[in-house]
Amino acid sequence: MMGVTLRGLAGRKLRGLLTALAIVLGVAMVSGTYVLTDTFQKAFDSIFEESYVGTDAVVSGKKLVEFSSSGRAPVPDTLLREIRALPEVEAASGAIFDLQSNSNPAQLVDADGKKIGGAGGSPTFGVGIDSRELRFTPLALSGGTWARGPSEVVIDANTANDSGFGIGDSIGVAALGPVEQYEITGIAKFGSVDSIGSATFVVFDLATAQNVFQKERHFDSISVAAKDGVSPEELVQKLQPLVPATAEVQTGTAQASADAESTNEGIAFITYVLLGFGGIALFVGAFVIFNTLSITVAQRTREFATLRTLGGSRRQVLVSVVVEGFVLGLVASVVGMFLGLGVGKGMNALFVAFGIDLPQAGTVFATRTIVVSLLVGTTVTVLASILPALRATRVPPISAVREGSIPPPSRFAGRVPYVAAGTLVAAGAALGLGLFANGLGTRNVLVLLALGTIALFVGVGLLASRLVKPLAAIVGWPAGRFGGMAGELARENAIRNPGRTASTAAALMIGLALVTVVAVLGGALRNSTEGAVRDQVAADYVVTSQNGFDPFPASAGNAVAAAQGVERTSSVRFDQALAAATEADVTGVDPETIATFFDFAWTDGSDATLGELGADGAVVTKSFADDRDLAPGDSFPIETASGKTLEVTVRGIYDPSDLAALLGVVTIGQEAFDAAFPRPRNLFTFVNVNGDTDEEAASGLEQTVAGFPDAKLHTEAAFVTSRTAEFRTILNLLYVLLAFSVVVSLFGMVNTLVLSVFERTRELGMLRAVGMTRPQARRMIRHESVITALIGAALGIPLGIFLAVLMTQALSQYDVAFSLPVVPLAIFTCIAIAAGVLAAIVPARRASRLNVLEALQYE
Amino acid sequence: MRSVLIQDETTLPEEGRQAGVAEALVTATDVTRRYGVEGDVCVRALRGVSLDVGAGKLTAVMGPSGSGKSTLMHILAGLDRPNEGEVTIAGTDITELGDTELTKLRREHIGFIFQFFNLLPMLTAEENVVLPLKLAGEKPDREWIRELTSKVGLSDRLKHRPSELSGGQQQRVAIARALVGRPTVMFADEPTGNLDSQTSAEILELLRDSVSTLGQTTVMVTHDAHAAAIADRVLFLADGLIVKDLGSSTSHEILEAMEEVSRP
Repeated sequence: MMGVTLRGLAGRKLRGLLTALAIVLGVAMVSGTYVLTDTFQKAFDSIFEESYVGTDAVVSGKKLVEFSSSGRAPVPDTLLREIRALPEVEAASGAIFDLQSNSNPAQLVDADGKKIGGAGGSPTFGVGIDSRELRFTPLALSGGTWARGPSEVVIDANTANDSGFGIGDSIGVAALGPVEQYEITGIAKFGSVDSIGSATFVVFDLATAQNVFQKERHFDSISVAAKDGVSPEELVQKLQPLVPATAEVQTGTAQASADAESTNEGIAFITYVLLGFGGIALFVGAFVIFNTLSITVAQRTREFATLRTLGGSRRQVLVSVVVEGFVLGLVASVVGMFLGLGVGKGMNALFVAFGIDLPQAGTVFATRTIVVSLLVGTTVTVLASILPALRATRVPPISAVREGSIPPPSRFAGRVPYVAAGTLVAAGAALGLGLFANGLGTRNVLVLLALGTIALFVGVGLLASRLVKPLAAIVGWPAGRFGGMAGELARENAIRNPGRTASTAAALMIGLALVTVVAVLGGALRNSTEGAVRDQVAADYVVTSQNGFDPFPASAGNAVAAAQGVERTSSVRFDQALAAATEADVTGVDPETIATFFDFAWTDGSDATLGELGADGAVVTKSFADDRDLAPGDSFPIETASGKTLEVTVRGIYDPSDLAALLGVVTIGQEAFDAAFPRPRNLFTFVNVNGDTDEEAASGLEQTVAGFPDAKLHTEAAFVTSRTAEFRTILNLLYVLLAFSVVVSLFGMVNTLVLSVFERTRELGMLRAVGMTRPQARRMIRHESVITALIGAALGIPLGIFLAVLMTQALSQYDVAFSLPVVPLAIFTCIAIAAGVLAAIVPARRASRLNVLEALQYE
Repeated sequence: MRSVLIQDETTLPEEGRQAGVAEALVTATDVTRRYGVEGDVCVRALRGVSLDVGAGKLTAVMGPSGSGKSTLMHILAGLDRPNEGEVTIAGTDITELGDTELTKLRREHIGFIFQFFNLLPMLTAEENVVLPLKLAGEKPDREWIRELTSKVGLSDRLKHRPSELSGGQQQRVAIARALVGRPTVMFADEPTGNLDSQTSAEILELLRDSVSTLGQTTVMVTHDAHAAAIADRVLFLADGLIVKDLGSSTSHEILEAMEEVSRP
């Protein structure tokens, strides 16, 4: 019996291949995700591990504030001498080297002032090392010498390669101030890593680094090596008494894992997101497999009946179909698993194209990748084969001798509407609960949303066979009207087997529904965000950093203020700090000028309140005040990353948009900010010019800003759209990832059409005999395909809109307003049509090439 | 609308029609057909067949299994190509035509009736009948359709789908479909092969009637002597050659002739 199954499978290679492709892609995405993220992980692990090779203990500033852009408090250089004096210490060295935050920004520029590296917000950082004590540094020279003195630098090998700069060349570097020229004395590599992604780094000598990063007489960290016989833990104990309150000491290993922590979280996040999309592709694949096996089971009725007459039991028939599914799933999984190696590379290329360039190491193909890929692919296929297998068992032996007999309808057929209704109710409940119930936690909300959406798709998929007729009448109208008889026949063909058309369309529906959600929700978020920014800001120009979200040197703001034709500017300082003991964004504004440019939506106070900020006043957002029960007159402390504490009193409360809060939750006066925060930098500098905002004014400002490669000048309109630029990148990335599931459903459409053409061989022969031309035959298949695709669109797009409406409702408290993005939806419809045309190419060719004579004699 | 009997003048010489040569609407000259490559596996289905099909006549082609009668019909209808020889339909040599021209020729000149009816299950009886016209992009003549469907006895079944019709009714739909374009020649391939004897008799009567009243030239391949008995002429094939050519005969005579040609 098993032999018959396998022989049968081998005899239908093309069909098997087409079916398997649906699973191959999903598995390849799962496998590719693991390969990609494992490879990232390995690269990061080696970066962090090699950063502390030969280092037994590290003294560094305490991490007081997560994500602070000014970094941790540096440690004083006097500590180094004390450490070296300890008997347990073999060697110690201080460095300017910060892997946890971007407190040492260093942008390279060429002679024309053009930036080198740092595209798309990738890190560009400076390092200062003691070239007399190189045992602690992860950097290695690949040519030249280390930098000595204030005018020499070493650049990284990747940047040198990409930009063509070499030893002896002069290169511009902008650290915290304007661009300065340096001479390149060497090229360095970071440990053994192939690439550290798009990151660029510049190595100064230690004193120069302390100077340019405004950390005079301080280090970011001191690395210590123990004498023989002293364990790292002992060394840490000995060092402990020397370390000041703002610093801490850890073993090198512990420091490495602390450095890696946030990166690991990031990689885990990427892994889950990509696996999610792999899961979607597999889910669509399951629909395709289910549909294909259902059709082949129906077509093999006589074969099963013959097996039954020869003494095969129902159980044997069941097993034979399930085994077929198993073999198909296993083969597809193996292929998909290996294809994952390529998909991983492809996804990396995709990330790079979208400006997310992560470090690379040798490709990692872990056992876990193999196990999960094989397990997931095979399980999904076997599950999808169970219903068709049960259907095969209901074929009575008499079908072997009866012309055109079909298996009796399922015992459950009558109950399908109830099952569908039940599934939809469950879907509604899960979605409603996930979106509108309070206090469930992100994880539970996501699980509920995922389950609800899956149930929704299954429910609609079950009902779809009833919707096929009316929908085909609508979407098939143009085919019937303009496609002649071929078009009419196509429409009839699309509805003659509603279940089949429905599940083929349902596979496409899933992908289209999800891209619609992305488009509608994305459009709503974007419009609402941009609207909120527009409402808050009134300026001729705005200067921000290149990515708009990191701070830029305050000196750039000062230069703009002094530029010709500038009427008025206002700079907004920015850093993270502990405000009332929680991490918070803190901004420092100029009380005199800020109200000209920025509209505070006061709930308590007025623009006059700004005048009362002084050295200890603060304006806070309503949510910040509500969460902490603060009212005007109440005080709370702000602790900066360097460990300074500032006690401030609430003077005013305002309620900014949740979507586009431009200022921090706490805003203080600029003088107070500059006194409390180390190395203050700007988030925005708002600019008004004398006269018109014409080209002349812009080009003058442009020139001033050009001296600061970190800074970027926007008109107000450009500033508004720049706030959603990253967001648009993410949307595009989501579209590409969802495209995979659309491709899977495309295979499903090809499959169904090929099988239908095969099934209708004699009918096609007759049509050709009574006068259908080859082009007409092709057109008939193509129209049927397009109609099926449009049914998928007609189901998927409204479903996506429905889901997006639910979500915008849930987000309405954040001022997200629903709007219908007509253009993207029209594009999706066109994509569906294109998918239909594409899927029809092979089946249509088969239909038109049919040998009429053989087709007529075919049984 | 084309005439039933007389084809457009461009394809038929004037004097030919007068002289009666034109009555040979379908001709085959020295047609041979081999399947497979030369040698042991080569099957010589037709070994040099020549014939004229008379206009307005019902010609039956008979012969034992493997005699080549189906091959002959397929070649006459342009569904298959001879290895050698020439086939003309309404004066056109069809052996050199490409697929598109052949399709056009079938639309204009040929009607088909199949053993298994071959109706489209999703179309109604009426839609099946007008299918060839619709494929050719022509508007069906309402009056003609009404006349035709009442002639084949389907007037009260027009809105039914094939699954709601009996075998005999399905074959009536197929006959109407074959006649709807007023073809030069209608080919029927074992039209009663899938019907019981009572229904067969009705279908044969209908075929005979369409030849007599509409003057529809018809070629019927059959191995049923009762079917052949309605023909004006009965050709017998054996081993790829025409071995006997009878005029209108009784089923008894036909059975005898069959006995004779089947004898090795």
